[in-house]
Amino acid sequence: MLAWDILIRWSPGGLLPRPWEVVQGLTELAQKGLLFKYIVASLFRVTWGYVAAAVLAIPFGLMLGWHRRGELALNPLIQILRPISPLAWIPISILWFGVGDVAALFLIFMASFLPLTVTAMNAVKNILPTHLNAGRNFGLSPAQIVLKVIYPSVMPQLIAGLRITLGIAWLVVVAAEMIAVNSGLGFLIIDARNAGNRYDLVVAGMVMIGLIGLVLDLGMRRLEKLKSLRWGYASE
Amino acid sequence: MTPPSRTTARETKLRVQGVNKVFTRDGKSVNVLEDIDLEIRDGEFVCLLGPSGCGKSTLLNIVAGFTPPTSGQVYIDGEPVTGPDPRRIFVFQERGVFPWLTVEGNIGFGLFRLPPKEKARRIAHYVKLVGLSGFEQAYPAELSGGMKQRLEVARALAVNPDMLFLDEPFGALDSITRLLMRSELLRIWEAEKKTILFVTHDIEESVQLADRVVVMSARPAKIQRVVEIDIPHPRDISSPRYLKLRDGIFEEIGLAHKV
Amino acid sequence: MQLRRWEPTVLPLLTALAVLAVWEIGVRVSGTKVFPSPAEVGRGLEELLRKGLLWRYTADSLLRVGSGYLLAILVGIPLGLALGWYPLAARAANPLIQMLRPISPLAWIPVAIVLFGVGNESAVFLIFLASFFPILVSTMTGVRGVPPMFRLAGANFGLSIAALLRRVVFPAALPHMIVGLRIALGIAWLVVVAAEMIAVDSGLGYLVIDSRNAGKRYDLVIAGMILIGLIGLGLDIGMRRLERLKSVRWGFLND
Repeated sequence: MLAWDILIRWSPGGLLPRPWEVVQGLTELAQKGLLFKYIVASLFRVTWGYVAAAVLAIPFGLMLGWHRRGELALNPLIQILRPISPLAWIPISILWFGVGDVAALFLIFMASFLPLTVTAMNAVKNILPTHLNAGRNFGLSPAQIVLKVIYPSVMPQLIAGLRITLGIAWLVVVAAEMIAVNSGLGFLIIDARNAGNRYDLVVAGMVMIGLIGLVLDLGMRRLEKLKSLRWGYASE
Repeated sequence: MTPPSRTTARETKLRVQGVNKVFTRDGKSVNVLEDIDLEIRDGEFVCLLGPSGCGKSTLLNIVAGFTPPTSGQVYIDGEPVTGPDPRRIFVFQERGVFPWLTVEGNIGFGLFRLPPKEKARRIAHYVKLVGLSGFEQAYPAELSGGMKQRLEVARALAVNPDMLFLDEPFGALDSITRLLMRSELLRIWEAEKKTILFVTHDIEESVQLADRVVVMSARPAKIQRVVEIDIPHPRDISSPRYLKLRDGIFEEIGLAHKV
Repeated sequence: MQLRRWEPTVLPLLTALAVLAVWEIGVRVSGTKVFPSPAEVGRGLEELLRKGLLWRYTADSLLRVGSGYLLAILVGIPLGLALGWYPLAARAANPLIQMLRPISPLAWIPVAIVLFGVGNESAVFLIFLASFFPILVSTMTGVRGVPPMFRLAGANFGLSIAALLRRVVFPAALPHMIVGLRIALGIAWLVVVAAEMIAVDSGLGYLVIDSRNAGKRYDLVIAGMILIGLIGLGLDIGMRRLERLKSVRWGFLND
C-alpha cells in the first residue's frame, strides 16, 4: 500500500489514483448502488454460463472417457476448439445472440465447456483398473460400480478441473463485459476509463474483481480439502 | 563436558556423548532419545537396531549433522559435529538418487570440485564397482530398486568419504535382492575401508553385517545393549554361534518392546 | 472392445466430415447472408495468405506472446525459487500475490494503456501479467514440494545455497514448474487475443474483431478463429513434448 502510494506520487501524468482515492471511488459506487448491481450482474453471468457448462460437460466427458471410440472420434475436434481463445468467439456470439446477456453467457459457456469435458474424460481414464476389478469382485452391479467406484474416483480431479475452469470463466466474464454488455464489473472498468478517465473507479473495479476471484478460488479449495476428496491431492 | 583427547581420537572415529532429543509437537514435548552414549572405532561396521519409529533414524540424523541434538554432543575425529559434511555421506531410506540425473550424473554429483578428467575416471571406477556398467546413461526410473540403491551407494562412495550413514537402505527391496545387496555392501566395505553406521529393524540383517549391534529400546530410545558379533566374514548363517547371537538379540528386543 | 486398425484414423475424419456437413447444411437451410459456409472460410484463409496478412498477423501475435511470456519466465522463476526457499519471505509476499493473482489480466487493460499507451508494450505487459502469476505460483509450490531428502543429500555433498538451488531444487521442482509453464502459455495465448482486440491494430485478435467491425467479413472472423485454435494447439503440443523429456518425465510417472 505504502509502495503504491509513493509510486503514484512520483509517477508522471497523474492519471493513476492513490489508494485513498480508490476507497473513495468504492464508496461512491456503493452509494449509487452500482457496486452491488454490477457484482450481481457479473456473478449472475458466471454462475449460469458455468453451471450450464458443468451440467452438460461432465456427463459428456465421463462418457467419452468410458467409450474409447467416442473419445477417438471427438478428441481431435475438442483439441482444436479448445485453444481457441473464448474471446475469439465474441464476434460469433454477438452475431448469433446480439449484444446482451445471452452473448456473455454463451462466451462463458464456451470458456468452461471444453476444459470441463477434457477434465472429466481424463478423470475416467485415470481410474485404477484395480479399483474397478475390486468392485466387480465384490459383486457390485454396474449402477453400483458407477456410484461406489467411478464417482468417488473421479471427484478429486473433477473438483480441481472445476476450480481452474471457474478461474477462466471469471477471466472471460470480465472481457465479455468489456465488449458485449453494459453492466457488470468488466463494463465498469472499461466505462470508467472511456467516460472521463475515472481511474479511481477503474482500480476500484479491479480490486473488486480480484477479491471476488479470490473468494471463488478459496471456496473451491475448501471443497478440495474435504476428507473424502483429499486423498486425490496428497502426494503419497 | 570436554572433547575427547587427541590420543583416543585415533582409534575412536565417532563419539556420541550424552545426546538427548526432545520433539515439540502441538505444544506437547516428546522425548525421543535419552542419554545416548556410543563410541565407534575407525573402520568399524555398526548396526543400530530397533523397531520402526523408535528413534534410531533420529539418532542417525543427529550424527550426520542434519538435526541438532537437544542436549549432548557428537564428535567425529575429535571435532564436534555442527552440520552435514561431504567427508561423511548419508544414504537414504527412501530412494535418494536424483531422478533428473543419469547414472553418471548421480555418481558425479558430489565431484564438482574435481577437474573433468579425474571426475570421469572416478565415475567410471564406481560405475564398475557397483555393477552398473552399461547403464551409465540410464535414468533412475529405468533402473530396478536394487540398482537404484547401489547407485546411491556409489554416489556416496565417489566423494571418498571416511564414514557412511545408511538408513534402512535395503528396506524397500525384495528379499532376494536384499541378500545380494548385503554381500555387495560387505565387499565394498572391505575394499574401501569405510566406517559404517547402519540403521535397520531387521535382526537377521544386523547379525549378518555388523561388527557390533546396538540394540535400542522403545521410546524414549536408550541403548539397551551392545552385542559384539565375533564371527569372521563370510558368515555362515546356520552356524550355532550365529544362531545363538541372533536369538540373544531377538530375546533382547522382545524384552525391550514386548512384541 | 477391440479397436479395429482403421478406426483411429477414420473416426476423427468422419467427425470432421460430419461437422463440416452440419455447418454447410446449417448455412444453406437458414439462408443466412452473414454466416459463411466452410468453403467461404477456406477462400477467406486464401485471401489472407495472398495479401500476406496471414504471416504478418501470426508473427505479430506470436512475438507479443513470446516476449511477454519470456519476461514472465525471467522474473517469475527466480522469484518463485527465492520465495519457495525462504518461507518467511513467502509469508510476507503471499497476501499480495493472492490478491493480485485472481484479477483478470484483462482488467489491467486500462491501467496498461495509461502506463504504456495503446500499442505493443501494453499487449506485452498484459501477457506478462497473465503468465507471471501461474509461473510464480507453480515455481513456489514446486520448490516447497521438493522432498527434504533431496535437499539434505545436496547439502551433504557440501553444496552452497546457490549451488543447491541450481543443482537440486531447480531440477527437482522442474516437473511441477513445467505444468505451470504450460498453463501460463495457454492463458497468455488467450489474453493476447483479447489484448489485440482492444489495444493494438495487428495480430490475430485484431483480425477477428476488425473483420467484424469493418464490413462484417465473418469468413475472415472464422478463418482467424481457426488459426488461433491451430496455433494454440501447436503451443500446447510443444509444451507437452517438453514434459516428456527424460530429465523431467520422472515427475509425471506415478510409480
